[in-house]
Amino acid sequence: MRADTPPIVEMRGITIRFPGVLALDGVDFLLRPGEVHALMGENGAGKSTLIKALTGVYAVDDGTITVAGERRTFATTADAQAAGISTVYQEVNLCPNLTVGENVMLGHEPRRGRTIDWRATHTEAERHLRSLGLELDPRTLLSTHSIAIQQLVAISRAMVLEAKVLILDEPTSSLDRDEVEQLFGVIRDLRDSGVAILFVSHFLDQVYEISDRITVLRNGALVGEYPVADLPRDALVTKMIGRELDDLEALSRSAHRVIDRTGEPVLRAEGVGRRGVLEPADLEVYAGEVVGLAGLLGSGRTELVRLLYGADRPDHGRVAVHGRPARITSPRHAIDRRISFSSEDRRGEGIVADLTVAENIVLGIQARKGWMRKIRKSEQDAVVAEYIEALGVRPADPQLIVGNLSGGNQQKVLLARWLATAPELLVLDEPTRGIDVGAKADIQHKVSELSAQGLSVIFISSELEEVLRLAQRIAVLRDRKKIGELDSGDVDLDGLIDYLANEGKGSAA
Amino acid sequence: MSAAMTGTVAAERPTSTFQTFLSRRAGMMPTFAALIILVLLFVGAEAFLRGDFITPGNISALLLDNAYLVILAVGMTFVILTAGIDLSVGSVMAFTGILGAQLLARGVPAWLAIVTMLAGGAVIGLLIGTLVQYFSVQPFIASLAGLFLARGLAYVVSLSSIKVENTGVLWLQTNRIRVGDWYITPTGLIALLTVAVAAFVLHLTRFGRTIYAIGGNEQSARLMGLDVGRTKVAAYVISGFCGGLSGLVLTAYSGAGYPRNGIGTELDAIAAVVIGGTLLTGGRGYVLGSLVGVFVYGTIKTIISFMGAEQSWMQIIIGALLLLFIVVQRAIVARSEQRR
Repeated sequence: MRADTPPIVEMRGITIRFPGVLALDGVDFLLRPGEVHALMGENGAGKSTLIKALTGVYAVDDGTITVAGERRTFATTADAQAAGISTVYQEVNLCPNLTVGENVMLGHEPRRGRTIDWRATHTEAERHLRSLGLELDPRTLLSTHSIAIQQLVAISRAMVLEAKVLILDEPTSSLDRDEVEQLFGVIRDLRDSGVAILFVSHFLDQVYEISDRITVLRNGALVGEYPVADLPRDALVTKMIGRELDDLEALSRSAHRVIDRTGEPVLRAEGVGRRGVLEPADLEVYAGEVVGLAGLLGSGRTELVRLLYGADRPDHGRVAVHGRPARITSPRHAIDRRISFSSEDRRGEGIVADLTVAENIVLGIQARKGWMRKIRKSEQDAVVAEYIEALGVRPADPQLIVGNLSGGNQQKVLLARWLATAPELLVLDEPTRGIDVGAKADIQHKVSELSAQGLSVIFISSELEEVLRLAQRIAVLRDRKKIGELDSGDVDLDGLIDYLANEGKGSAA
Repeated sequence: MSAAMTGTVAAERPTSTFQTFLSRRAGMMPTFAALIILVLLFVGAEAFLRGDFITPGNISALLLDNAYLVILAVGMTFVILTAGIDLSVGSVMAFTGILGAQLLARGVPAWLAIVTMLAGGAVIGLLIGTLVQYFSVQPFIASLAGLFLARGLAYVVSLSSIKVENTGVLWLQTNRIRVGDWYITPTGLIALLTVAVAAFVLHLTRFGRTIYAIGGNEQSARLMGLDVGRTKVAAYVISGFCGGLSGLVLTAYSGAGYPRNGIGTELDAIAAVVIGGTLLTGGRGYVLGSLVGVFVYGTIKTIISFMGAEQSWMQIIIGALLLLFIVVQRAIVARSEQRR
């Protein structure tokens, strides 16, 4: 785009500290009128922190924000809106119980004296909707329209506030292909009329389709700003993921173990998917095998395992366990078939922070036995002691409250809970995220050791090195679709990144 | 930027007038249902009692006998629309009623007694609203505290009933404006006026629309830059004020203040609001529906006393109606979620 246009938003040296964490470390960010600017980075890279600094949700510890040539400090979102910065969030933030027109105009309705002039309100709303090419009856209830339309209504609302800067935070995550096209049409029109658009998405294809410029963040720091044409996909992925020197290289590469794939697999999934969540995918896991799922956040890796485990209901596909057809529509069915799942959301869906280490471990066995069956105290103690020892939970006190342990030890307790149920297939979603290197190595060793003893594992991690090291086979996902499978013996990190970014795209962008 | 560039987005415009009506007015369905039930009750009772039911006297009495409940239901509608609940209103009505009777008995001028009653109700509402909004107490618990507080205060004022002699206050009840066999008292007018003012505020002011927005999605309302905090507190203040107003109306109606008045009346008010089509999850409903809800409630009561049946049937019928309405509402909500 016009690189010479003076920026409408200029953020310089933005630093934000949270207790114990440097969330943003001197990040520069420029946004120019009439461009679509993608902000990219993995989870925890600082994208949402940067957006929240710009929209007045977080106060900035260091650095300056200049909007349209003026230095600004935003204390509230209302301040930012007044300065012309509007945000459309991933979850539509409108009121489904009100009409379309009212949602567009709420708080800005034309009035006669103190009373709302409904006729004028609806006419004006219709005008704003039309200017985005939306032919909608403003008197219909918002909830009668699709999410895509609601998303566009949210943008219309931003236009009422005469936004000069429009922030779209994952606007496409619940839209299907046609709906994304509608949205992109509107975005292009807005861009051409001079609105600066900040676009955040995990979908690489969409980023390349709509953006003019890309800024990459990693671990709270700026990696760089690039025109889209100068940044091929694999370069982008490499910049997002980074390459850390590997302290864990000493780990025996369990990836080279040979797996016997002649018999029936422990789990065979054929065409499992759900509309708007994941395109139908196949997956097989054999006894003693570690299958890695590689893909960026939002690529569908978590969605796939949640469908397999019954945490979400698939609307396509068949699953067989040991060759026998299995209907798994709730986690109970999965547990009954000796499949255990450790969620990526450790605090929300994993440990019970207010219970002790022992209680957390016993929960899993209890779930398997049924809540009516009593488990003898001595039996509980034995199991708990065994797993604390085996996984090296520190401190090794079964009576500690789990919430007080470090992330790594919480993860070990979670792993212990599922191992205590003696699963045949263990699904681990990001088991090493946000934990220290020592605990990470412990967990990797344990996974490798258990699989050598015959446990089947589906292993998900954003760290591709980790996946390459542990898994014999890697299923690669992108944009909610499984794009292929690789034998980890045949591929190195660069090969995997290239595959992740470019496979099925023809030549590199 | 032009519509021509993107073409127009095909957002299925409803074709028939009926569909247009449905997509615009889906939220009114439960209220229509309440109206139909009211008509059915009238027609059924008329047939059953061979023409003795729908008489000007009976209909006039329906408003008169339930004026206090209409006012409570109006206040409750505000709170329920924000997805809250106010359990204190029955006690507030008793407290302000006995307070007013006591003040009048001590020779305080009627206007001052009335202002004190209304202010007393509003202050209890303010207390509950503050607990809910700024101390993040569940509305159920905060208003339960209000219930006990107001009931206790009522007993502090007096343990037994106090007769009202003040002609000004009694006039509210005794003065009957007659048109043929129809009549209405000032208390009935107060109730209807409360409904009218509430409907105006809810539908024609930004404050009213903010109430609906909060009930629809509080988080969204906040992100849209609406004043969520003050609006929520105000809803409870309005409910408390209505508690005070109904205390006045009930005192005039019964000619006395009594500290045991209105035990369980908050539940009658909630029932009337729900029967009138307001969703307990907030954001949907109409204050006119609550008026219809009170009439349904009052009509059932009248029919039962006409039939000479036991009052316990009242509770059973109201219970069954509530169940029915909650199921209907769930179905409507589920349907609108499905259509997305």
